[in-house]
Order: sequence, then C-alpha cells, then structure tokens
Amino acid sequence: MTWDDFVLAFFSWQIVSEAWPILWDGLQRTILMSIMVVPLGFIGGTILALLSTVHNPWIRWPAAVWTDVFRALPPLVLLIFLYAGVPFTGLEISAWGAVAIGFFLNTGSYYGEILRAGIESVPRGQQEAARSTGLTRWQTMQYIVLPQAFRNVLPDLISNTLEVVKLTSIASVVALPELLFQARQAQSVTYNATPIVAAAVIYFILLWPMVRVLSRLENKALASRR
Amino acid sequence: MAIVEATGIHKHFGALHVLKGVDLVVEEKQLVFVIGPSGSGKSTLLRCLNRLEEPSGGAIVVDGVDMLSPRTDINKARQRIGMVFQSFNLYPHMTALGNVTLALRKVLGLGRAEAEKRGQAALDRVHLADRAGHFPGQLSGGQQQRVAIARAIALEPRVMLFDEPTSALDPELVGGVLEAMRELRQDGMTMVVVSHEMAFARAAADRVVFMADGAVVESGTPDEVFGNPQHERTKAFIGQIGRH
Amino acid sequence: MTNWERFVDSFFNARVAVEYFPKIVEGFWLTIVLAACIIVTGLAAGLLLAVVRAFAIRPLNLLIIFVVDLFRALPPLVIIALLYFGLPAAGLSMDGFVCAWIALAAVLMAFSEEIFWAGITAVPKGQWEAARSTGLGFLQTLGYVVLPQALRMTIPPLTNRTIAITKGTALASVVAVPDILGAANAGVSFSFNPTPLTMGAAAYLVLFLPVVIFGRWVETRFAWKR
Ligand SMILES: Nc1ncnc2c1ncn2[C@@H]1O[C@H](COP(=O)(O)OP(=O)(O)OP(=O)(O)O)[C@@H](O)[C@H]1O
Ligand SMILES: [Mg+2]
Repeated sequence: MTWDDFVLAFFSWQIVSEAWPILWDGLQRTILMSIMVVPLGFIGGTILALLSTVHNPWIRWPAAVWTDVFRALPPLVLLIFLYAGVPFTGLEISAWGAVAIGFFLNTGSYYGEILRAGIESVPRGQQEAARSTGLTRWQTMQYIVLPQAFRNVLPDLISNTLEVVKLTSIASVVALPELLFQARQAQSVTYNATPIVAAAVIYFILLWPMVRVLSRLENKALASRR
Repeated sequence: MAIVEATGIHKHFGALHVLKGVDLVVEEKQLVFVIGPSGSGKSTLLRCLNRLEEPSGGAIVVDGVDMLSPRTDINKARQRIGMVFQSFNLYPHMTALGNVTLALRKVLGLGRAEAEKRGQAALDRVHLADRAGHFPGQLSGGQQQRVAIARAIALEPRVMLFDEPTSALDPELVGGVLEAMRELRQDGMTMVVVSHEMAFARAAADRVVFMADGAVVESGTPDEVFGNPQHERTKAFIGQIGRH
Repeated sequence: MTNWERFVDSFFNARVAVEYFPKIVEGFWLTIVLAACIIVTGLAAGLLLAVVRAFAIRPLNLLIIFVVDLFRALPPLVIIALLYFGLPAAGLSMDGFVCAWIALAAVLMAFSEEIFWAGITAVPKGQWEAARSTGLGFLQTLGYVVLPQALRMTIPPLTNRTIAITKGTALASVVAVPDILGAANAGVSFSFNPTPLTMGAAAYLVLFLPVVIFGRWVETRFAWKR
C-alpha cells in the first residue's frame, strides 16, 4: 500500500464532503442526546445522593444497593436489555426511550455516587452551625451543604459529564442514528474508512477543550492536597 | 587543607540575580556558620555547593573534585557532601533504618547486612538506635531531623551542609539536634551551617560569614562578627537578632 | 397467559436458561481474560509514559500529553470501530478481541498516565532533593523514593478508573467477540427469548458488583493523604 492509497482510504476529502450531510445529521443527534441525558442523569444522581443522607435505613440502603447495581452493570448491557429484551413482553421501547431510561439509571448512579461523596466532604460542623441558626434540614441542604458539595466535586462532575457524552456513542448499537452510527453507515456504503476517522476527529474537536479543562482542574485539586 | 573552595559564585533565577560573586572557603574540620537576612541567598549558596541548584558562574571544588566539570560524576561527588534540610525530607514510606541504608545500598552498593550495620551505627551516633524500626510519622520532629543527619553521615561525607536544621522544630526539640551537631563537630566533621541559632554559633563556630543581598559582607571569628561588626548592615542585623 | 406469566416466560425461562448457561459461562471467562489483558497492558503502558514524562524532554512530553488527551476525548467504541472496521482498509484485519483489547488498553493507558503523573508531581520536591543529595541518580530516586509514594496516593482513583474502563469489555460484543454480552445476544437471536440477556446481566453483576464494592472500600482505606 502506497502513501497515496493510505491517504485515500483514511483521509479522503472527497469522501468527507460526500458523507458530510449524513455525518452532520448524526452529530446533531449526538448533541441532542447529550443535552437530554446529562440533565436526566444529574437529576437521578441528586435524588440518589439526597436519599443516601436520609437517616432511615429502609431508604438509605436500597438507594445504596441501587447505586452499586447500576454502577456494576455495563451501560451497553442495560441498553440492549431495554431495547432488545423488554419488547418480548409486548412493551415496545424506541431507541430514544431505551437510551433515556438506560442513561437515567446508569449515569444517575455515577452522578449520585459523586454527589454523595461531595455531601460527605462538607464538615458536619457546617450543618450544625446552620441548624443552630434556625435553618431547617432542607434549607441547610439547599443553601449550605449542596453548594459546597458541588464545588468540592466539580472536577469529578465534569469528568463524569465527559464520560456521559462519550458514552452516547453506544446508542449506535441500538440503531439510533447518532454520529458513530452514521459514520458506520457512510463507511459501509463507500467502502472507505474516512467517515469513521472523520467521526473520531469530530469527537476529538468537540471534547478536547473539556479534557484540557479537566486536566487543569485535577492538577489544581491535587496540588491543594499536598 | 580546604575542603570547600567556592569562588565567584553567581546564580540567576531568570532576571533575579540571587548570588553576586560569592567566595567561600571551608578548611578541614572547620565549622563555618552562615547568617544573613531572609532572601539574602544563604540557601541558594548551600544548594549550589552540591549542585542541587546549578550555579550560573564561578568555580566550586569540594575535596579536590571540580563540582562544575562536566566530567565529574555528580552522584559520586554528592556522596561526599551530606545535606540536612529544614523540612527533614525523610522518606515517609521507609523506616528510619530504611532511610539511612537506601543510599548505602544503592549508591555505595553495599549488601543488606553491611548497610544495616553501618546504618545502625549512624543512628547510634545521633542516639536513635532504638528507633531504627520506626517510620518518620511515628517520630517527633527532633528525632526525624536526627535521622536525617544519620542518613547523611552514614555515607561518611567529607563535609556536611545544614540549611536551617532547627527552624521547623518546636523550641524544646531544638536542643537534641544541636547536641548531635556539636558531637559531629567534636568528631572532626567539616560543616557549613545556615541557622539563626546565634548562641550555637558563638559556642561552636570557627568562622561566621554574614551575607546580604547575594554577597558576603563580612566574615571572621564569632567574637569579631558578633562582638565588633565592621559594616553597618552587619551591625543592624546583629542588633536586630540581639533584641530577640 | 397473564402478563406475569408472560414476563416470567420471557426473562426467566428455565428451558432457555439451561440451554444457554454454558455459553454464558464461556463468555464469562472470555470477559475476564479480556479484562485482565486490558488491565495489565493498560496500566503498564500508563506507568511507562508517566516515567518517560518525568524526564521532562519537552517534545516528548508534548507528544505524551497529546496522546493522553486523544484517548481521553475519544469514545472507546469509536476507537474499536476505527480498528475493526477502519483498519482493514489499510489491509490490516484484526480479530475483534484484539481490537477491543488494544482500544481499551489505550484508553486505560491514557487515564492511568494522568493519574500516575499527578501522583509523581504530588510528591514534594524535598524528597527528590534529599535523595539526590545522598548521591542517588535520577532513576534511582524515581524508583526507590518517588514512585512508591506516588503509587500509594494513586490507588483510589486508579482503582475506580480501572473498574470503569474494564466494564467497557462489553463493547467487544459489537465486534463479534463472544464475551458475556456477545454470548447473550447470540442466545437471544437463536432462542428468540431474552432470558440469555437476563443471565448476561446477572453474570456482569456477579463479576462487577464485588469489584465496585471493593473500589468503594479502597476509596476510604487509601484516601488521598500522606
Ligand atoms: N527556585 C527559585 N526560583 C526563583 N527564585 C528563587 C528560587 N529559589 C530562591 N529564589 C529567590 O532567591 C532569593 C534567595 O533565596 P534563598 O532561599 O537563598 O534565601 P535565604 O537567604 O536562604 O533566605 P531564608 O533565610 O528566608 O531561607 C530569594 O529572593 C528567593 O525568592
Ligand atoms: Mg533559606
């Protein structure tokens, strides 16, 4: 294989321009999906984290087990279970529906674990001080604990969000036409690897800034722990 | 015979000119005491002597070895220059004996038994033979600093450099470290000490060097420098110290 | 059939379960082998890169940072697709197992390099100076003094990251590897019953639930401090 053949097979402008409409279509869907699943997971996570602070063990323990179970289950398994398994009961779930539920369960558990650690990182004295000024339990959570908790685990939250956006690529397995799926389509039509390379480049351009920011934040967090 | 001969040492940190042509000669078995205001370059001078800092200019000869020559094996040369730091810098994941024997085994290439024998002897010299198995976290600050001294003397250096060895210690722990240093001196160790312990300087130093703004302002016996300082800056500094 | 009977017949069908149990078990071992390959090579490569980075050779370090950023930004499934569907265009066809191995090991390499490097830089400068002043060389100082302290600090984040990436082995099913998920998928399409998926999910829980709980324990046991 000559260099020219190589360029033609992996970095062909011709192919990129032909496949661009379908790639763009997929990219939009990837972005839309991210905008949908990140808040969904975040809401799920906040609920789980709050449940983990409840004193009643009948609430706290199921929340903990739930979190660990969905952290132990690979997200792709969950997604395929919802998409390919559940319809056997007669209950049809669309690819979007499966993604929404699957990410809510999986991502929610990850956000939940991070936020729980954040809440625990706020010294007890903060809560006691707030309660002693007459704030209710919920007000203390809302104004004192949660803001500090968010700040303490901000790098982890961003890191998880990055992972969630990357994870949307598994939706291609259940035929949701997002970026990777469309790239695969284009690749099989053109018999050329360029569309997949293009998808990789798009992901990289999209997510690199986030990786850089994270790297900075993580190093800072580390320096302060010395 | 001079063990340390540093001439015309310059050091720049970027635009900052920290050492401006410092000369320092230390004769065998001498204890030279370096004093001076904060930021005058005392630590930098000391760290240039074993090339933890790379001097920008000048010449350094330690025990006949040209420290700045590219042909000098710096790791070998450093064996002969012990250093004790303000913050001890003991290895937290090793016992006291482990701290002392690491270089004996990996630099001198001694076997475990031989290294441990010499390590024990070094710990014994700082009266910590019974703490050999303790980790740094289980020792007081004063004990940690004495282990650090043992770590350096175990290599049988020709000269020892001390950079404010007692500044990080609670007052009641200072005495033990100074005692260890005094004994070292009695055993004939050549030493360069940067410290604010003026009483120790008066009692133990052969020569006192006063530095300011990256240069040696004056030097002499403790009696000369403390009793009859020649320069205004020295007088001001001594006066200030005396008032404490 | 009532709904309940239909549900049980779908997801907990004893006949199907017995038939496909051996396949799932085979997949179980394959998943473990794949995970082990990824962990060993990924962590070793990450450590090697971190050590090379400590030499502070500028062009080399920029390259390392770029590679690390690249594999942090790309979704693992995209990397797998690139290797499995893209590389044949260059005349290089690799087994799905090898593709998944290389892709996930590269991702683990990137994440672990960041963590190892953070650990190395978190060791105080005085440790380097003390060791160098006794005549230890650069590599000796790194090996005997700095790395042992750095590794201890990196155990919690490393454990959690390794677990997360290892769960990505399920992605191998997309490129025809008969791991747990691959075996379960095949079982579903042959039997036309989702019970193999239930078994697959159970197998993942058996595999990863202890690991997740272990990660949680490590987190508290080796909390970042010295
Ligand atoms: N690595 C460095 N980079 C830049 N500037 C430095 C560095 N190390 C020291 N300096 C500067 O060099 C000057 C001399 O520092 P040095 O530590 O030698 O002073 P010192 O006499 O030991 O002071 P102190 O009594 O406070 O320890 C100071 O202005 C300091 O800020
Ligand atoms: Mg100093």
